[in-house]
Amino acid sequence: MTNSSTLPDPEGRWSLLYLAWLIAIVASFGALFIGEVMGQTPCSLCWQQRAFMFPLAIMLAIACFRADTAVWRYALPLAALGAAIALFHSLLYAGLIPEGIQPCSQGPSCASAEMTILGLLPLPYLSLAAFLAIALALFASKSKAKS
Amino acid sequence: MNRRGLVIATGALALSFFVGGSVAYNAQQARRAREIAAARSEALVRSHSPVLGPPNAPVTIVEFFDPSCEACRAFYPPLKQIMGLFPNDVRLVMRYAAFHDGSDAAVKILEAARLQDKFVPVLEALLKFQPEWADHSGPVMEKAWARAKEAGLDVDQAKRDITRAEIQTALDSDTRDSKSLEITRTPTFFVNGQPLTDFGPQQLYEMVRREVQKAK
Repeated sequence: MTNSSTLPDPEGRWSLLYLAWLIAIVASFGALFIGEVMGQTPCSLCWQQRAFMFPLAIMLAIACFRADTAVWRYALPLAALGAAIALFHSLLYAGLIPEGIQPCSQGPSCASAEMTILGLLPLPYLSLAAFLAIALALFASKSKAKS
Repeated sequence: MNRRGLVIATGALALSFFVGGSVAYNAQQARRAREIAAARSEALVRSHSPVLGPPNAPVTIVEFFDPSCEACRAFYPPLKQIMGLFPNDVRLVMRYAAFHDGSDAAVKILEAARLQDKFVPVLEALLKFQPEWADHSGPVMEKAWARAKEAGLDVDQAKRDITRAEIQTALDSDTRDSKSLEITRTPTFFVNGQPLTDFGPQQLYEMVRREVQKAK
């Protein structure tokens, strides 16, 4: 077990936490950059995904700092719910769910073609990939604890 | 480096990337805005636009303006103050960027007021009572008309005038120019052809002061 901040990490559990945190801060700062700096207004589903990603960036930072590998119990549900919203958003964006049922009556459309960065990568897919990667890393840090 | 050091360094690095990226992005946007304004300077001032202040003033402020926009309303008093500080040197050319629902109708009231030489009082009335008629749940143009009437507009005449083709032509031309100049927000200001890239009343004042000094 690795409880101290300077002990080695033979099972790679801390590294997995660190990886999850890295993804969360890149995603959080990325969302802030697109929203606040580039001025692209987040749609309502984007807001809901932010509500799950931002706490992950902070919670995992503290967990990494304290080498607290029990954090998956708190962080994994956040990542899973965020992934669920991102999946819904991605299906909407891909047109697999009709736009009529989307809960975005005001503000920018969640299915609009403008939901991309640099006109290339669709933001809902990026969000889904980030949440899934965080969830996987957290899950791996959990299963290694059992073995 | 121990883990705690790595965590702190990572956080600091991420933050500095964000701040550095923001600074670089804003600088690049400002450069782009200047290039667009320089390349399409003919789209900035058109002869049909309302002009406030001395028509031959050496310094021209161009404002892309929306009567329903809260920021334009908030900017009006400092703008008037700036004009008042340089009464002989600055003119304001108003271009319409009717982005909101109902803005078109409000612009037409303004244009009709201009025909009656009541542009400024009606503009000030529309801005003053903007929260009343430019409601977010939908514009209430009757209220705008009522306030314009209080400001001295002959409403019957104005309602005949707003159907004139030249008003629609002017509005269309402003819309075309705001597209070609890539105006996405109101108010957007230009001083002697250069965009105000750092938004704010103080920044506008500084820019105008510099141009006035240059002209002297």
